[in-house]
Amino acid sequence: MERVPILKIGDTLLVSIQIDLQDQTVLALQEDLAERIVQTQARGVIIDITAVEIVDSFIGRMFATIASMSRLLDAETVVVGMRPAVAITLVELGLSLGGVRTALDLERGMKLLDSGADLR
Amino acid sequence: MTLGAGRQQRIATLLRERREGVLDHWVAAVLNTVRGRTTQAELRGQLAELYELVVQAMGEEDGTAAGELSAALQELSRTRARQGFSPSETAVSVFGLKDAVLHEIEAGGGTGVVVYREFASFSKDIDDLGLLTFETYARTREQVIADQAEQLLELSTPVVKLWEGIVGVPLVGTLDSARTQVVMESLLQTLVDTGSEHAVIDITGVPAVDTEVAQHLLKTVVAARLMGAECVISGIRPQIAQTIVALGIEFGDIVTKATLADALAYALERSGVRVGAG
Repeated sequence: MERVPILKIGDTLLVSIQIDLQDQTVLALQEDLAERIVQTQARGVIIDITAVEIVDSFIGRMFATIASMSRLLDAETVVVGMRPAVAITLVELGLSLGGVRTALDLERGMKLLDSGADLR
Repeated sequence: MTLGAGRQQRIATLLRERREGVLDHWVAAVLNTVRGRTTQAELRGQLAELYELVVQAMGEEDGTAAGELSAALQELSRTRARQGFSPSETAVSVFGLKDAVLHEIEAGGGTGVVVYREFASFSKDIDDLGLLTFETYARTREQVIADQAEQLLELSTPVVKLWEGIVGVPLVGTLDSARTQVVMESLLQTLVDTGSEHAVIDITGVPAVDTEVAQHLLKTVVAARLMGAECVISGIRPQIAQTIVALGIEFGDIVTKATLADALAYALERSGVRVGAG
């Protein structure tokens, strides 16, 4: 099974998803990420989904789950680079990702975390 | 399709021998229905062409002329549909031939049972041709409507850049699912292409907002939010505000402004641009 790499930049963890997401991969990512946040005492998590073209409700829920999980561990989550088609799909699935912050691209996502703005 | 197929020899002979008489009568009958929109000479030209094809179709075995006849009729019907003739007017142009033929039969004193049997069969064939013009007419009009709907869809959904990082979507006309889908896709794509973080959706030109339209707007805003952009809805007229409240639609935490100017000012402020007099 492929694993999604988790990179550390300063006190931010960067998860760049470049592969087709299987349910198993997603579950593994959640476990790995929780472990790494504790291990590195990261304050922010950026999930880059620029390369993700297909989502289903399971993956949509993954974003929300990761966001709540990281918040428990005192880290902010930002999802960046969502494609229009993916956004439309998630809306049609009824997933508005209430607690997840989003940004157009990685750069803006980093800026958002740096500014330390509160959750919406 | 072949006309008559040898069962209407008398009528075929009559059509060949009294060409001018039948044609005159036919033109006169049709001219009554299309008065003022086409000249007698033009109409005569069209009908003479059809007439020749009818005569040929009745005398042939293989159906070539009949094919040409139906092609010519479809062409005539298409032209008329685009010129704004009604389908009955086009069909009457064809049915007029029956009257003309009947008139000639009576004038020639043909009263035998055989003649009338032939005429009944001839009449049925002409009815089929008339129906063909009807069908073609309907198809042509549907095509015209489909074309117009498509053009409307292309025309009505521009996404304009208002400022660096701010795009605007002036919506004009009734929003339905298909249009909203196009608007949503082009807006989101523009957000990605231009890297804009703010979008203003202006609904000044939307005549009515019902629950469905509101639902579409909300979906667009949420989708933009998922991508990391903020939407402001502007141009809500007083009556529409009342309707929205009366319908119990909740816009939640979506920012709404009365005018496009207010929305632009808000978006500028959010993106850190300072606007002042002088």
